[in-house]
Amino acid sequence: MPKKDASLKLNRRKFLTAAAVAGASGAVSPASPATAATAAEPQQKLPSALPPNARVAAAEAGVPDVPPYAGEGRPGSDFMVDVIKTLDIKYLPANPASSYRAIHESLINYGKNTMPEFLTCTHEEVGVGIAHGYYKIANKPLMTLCHGTVGLMHATMNIYDAFCDRAPVIVLAGNDMDAAHRSPGVPTVHSAQDINAIVRDYTKWDDTPVSAQHFAQSFVRAYQIATTPPYAPVVISLDDGLATEPVRDYGQKLYIPKFVPTAAPAGEQGAVREAARLLVNAEHPVIVADRAVNTEKGIALLVQLAELLQAPVVRQRGRLNIPNTHYLSRPATVIPQADVILGLELTDYWDTVNKFVDNNAEGVGTNSSRIKPDTKLISISTLQLMTKSNYQEFQRFQSVDVPIAGDVEATLPSLIEAVKYALTDDRKNVAAQRGQAIRKDHDKGRDGTRQAAAIAWDASPISTARLCAEIYGQIKDLDWSLVPSSGDVSGWPLRLWPMDKHYHWTGTSGGYGVGWGCPASVGGALANRDEGRFSVSIQSDGDLMYVPGALWTAARHKIPMLAVMHNNRGYHQEVMHVQRLSNFRNRVANNGNDLGPIGTSIMNPDIEYHKLAESMGWWAKGPIKDPAELGPALKEAVAVVKSGQPALVNVWTQPR
Amino acid sequence: MRFVGVYLALSAAFAAGVVNPAAAASVENGKTAFVKNGCWQCHGFEGQGSVTTSAGRVIADTQLPADAFAAYVRKPTGAMPPFSATVLSDSDLADIYAYLEARPKPQAAKDIPLLNQ
Repeated sequence: MPKKDASLKLNRRKFLTAAAVAGASGAVSPASPATAATAAEPQQKLPSALPPNARVAAAEAGVPDVPPYAGEGRPGSDFMVDVIKTLDIKYLPANPASSYRAIHESLINYGKNTMPEFLTCTHEEVGVGIAHGYYKIANKPLMTLCHGTVGLMHATMNIYDAFCDRAPVIVLAGNDMDAAHRSPGVPTVHSAQDINAIVRDYTKWDDTPVSAQHFAQSFVRAYQIATTPPYAPVVISLDDGLATEPVRDYGQKLYIPKFVPTAAPAGEQGAVREAARLLVNAEHPVIVADRAVNTEKGIALLVQLAELLQAPVVRQRGRLNIPNTHYLSRPATVIPQADVILGLELTDYWDTVNKFVDNNAEGVGTNSSRIKPDTKLISISTLQLMTKSNYQEFQRFQSVDVPIAGDVEATLPSLIEAVKYALTDDRKNVAAQRGQAIRKDHDKGRDGTRQAAAIAWDASPISTARLCAEIYGQIKDLDWSLVPSSGDVSGWPLRLWPMDKHYHWTGTSGGYGVGWGCPASVGGALANRDEGRFSVSIQSDGDLMYVPGALWTAARHKIPMLAVMHNNRGYHQEVMHVQRLSNFRNRVANNGNDLGPIGTSIMNPDIEYHKLAESMGWWAKGPIKDPAELGPALKEAVAVVKSGQPALVNVWTQPR
Repeated sequence: MRFVGVYLALSAAFAAGVVNPAAAASVENGKTAFVKNGCWQCHGFEGQGSVTTSAGRVIADTQLPADAFAAYVRKPTGAMPPFSATVLSDSDLADIYAYLEARPKPQAAKDIPLLNQ
């Protein structure tokens, strides 16, 4: 596809840009390739003084070193790569596309395919999912590139999942805005006036740069916004013309704004003190944590707060939050006893303190309160700082007594200090007595969980409890990580596996979009690979069939991981939903020749996931139906993964 | 309510030492009905349930007497949808109860090494 001659091109957009810069500089001289000097290599700077500390450096250095572009003539996408390289972006999982071919070429040739390294993906949803899963383990964002229109459309579901999960992903969407010069046919079909519109409702920020300098500002800004709580995806429209043409500075030296991390928003001190007062004086304080903390430091802070108060912590499924081995980690059954509840970054505060039962034939359901009428509610959350309105991930509105807008990890230190200040000796004694009772409940609960796991121990298909116990038996002596994945196995890993590191459990997809689990697990394993950790995922069958190509990416890029199939041969949530509606309407569900209602089963024929994985370069085994065969199969698979290869074990399981 | 009638009759016979109620109903048919009517979807094929759908109370090794079990299936008070007699006959319901009663009792967790890691 021939590219446009940049020397002939000065469309209205670029003309306006040039005129604006010229007005500021007093010189109208949009440079032409004829005047462009050969690009010089970056010059080495000699130290002239003692190096400043990090804070001073950040304050003083407005811009990092930038290769001289003053002479112009180099591709715009080379400059874009220089911008990207100033940020700590290690990988770029993406599906290749003509609309971003210019930056693709710059990344792998000019940029030497490092920082970021291009990872070949078979679908845009895979690229975004890998970035999301990587973040949950590494706490660092990745970027991805999407093809114009259709590619971004493919990516949307996993962008939404990342948005709901408050995970930063940097998305560059290829586009070619210049209708007069872009190629007709497919490139035009793949272009849009406002390509970001399709994801604007579920990204935190987006922009459409129209000059190289604009791109530099937008990219660094996008990175900064994405990595400031509340974390979320951002998207930048990448104009093919801008990336392909020689870079222009319009008479002003190009620069790359220095990225300085933004201090996370912490709760206001007065509100924090009031929260501490309520918690300290409560007889039954309960902490509920969802997407609250995802770092070892954050976990330690939450443990410190809980121990000061001797308050049970209910771990919702957004993050690990507190080790499940800690005696203060308790199930949601403690919530009705609470007189004060501290909700930490709750996805759904309403549903935490209320109950909805989907038990009405007309779909209305019943609502009831889970708590006592005078229970005081405190919230620390960034929900109020995210102001998107279309998609309803913010859930029902719940009024709370002390709502605190702020990041949990940033607020915990001041809350801990306020609690220490408010704790009298008398209240310390009350807390200590409370803690003793909680410890007994914890021990009793642990025994009950193990006994529940023993039910159907020898069943075939294999029980989900047995599945998880067998997996843990093979990995328990390793530095393991249950990577983000989709298999809903009734929470057995959280109930049976001792978890005390953030990477032991990093939570769900956020948006519950099917097709997230497999790529997210590969992303998590990618992050773990760099730390030398062993990755295991529990992979559901329905999820895998959305984007199985993520398996190929893992094999292609040598990302070792153990994927254990939770193969219940159905879209099980939907199996149950159609059954419910059949019952409510007093009809016998029509199962056809399947186990579940027509349209919900994945059987006849059964999918041989082990063969699917083998075809894409994985070691694989299955289907395992006899529980006695599971342990040996997993043992083989673990050995393969330890040798650096991905391995999949296809297990026929009970439904949940 | 044929099932309740059957249960009461069986209970009386059982009390008199005449017959085992689980044996009177068909375990095999109970298994078929358990699967056909979708009970397995939430409760698992062995009645082991899940934390989501059973809140820790499972129907394997149920402590519910048959009449209470039947009453709940007809008019559940929680998230479970109702199974009317139109959808699930009294006799099939009795057989399902028999099937659940016939499930093997779980081993003690302390005797399973993988549950003591």
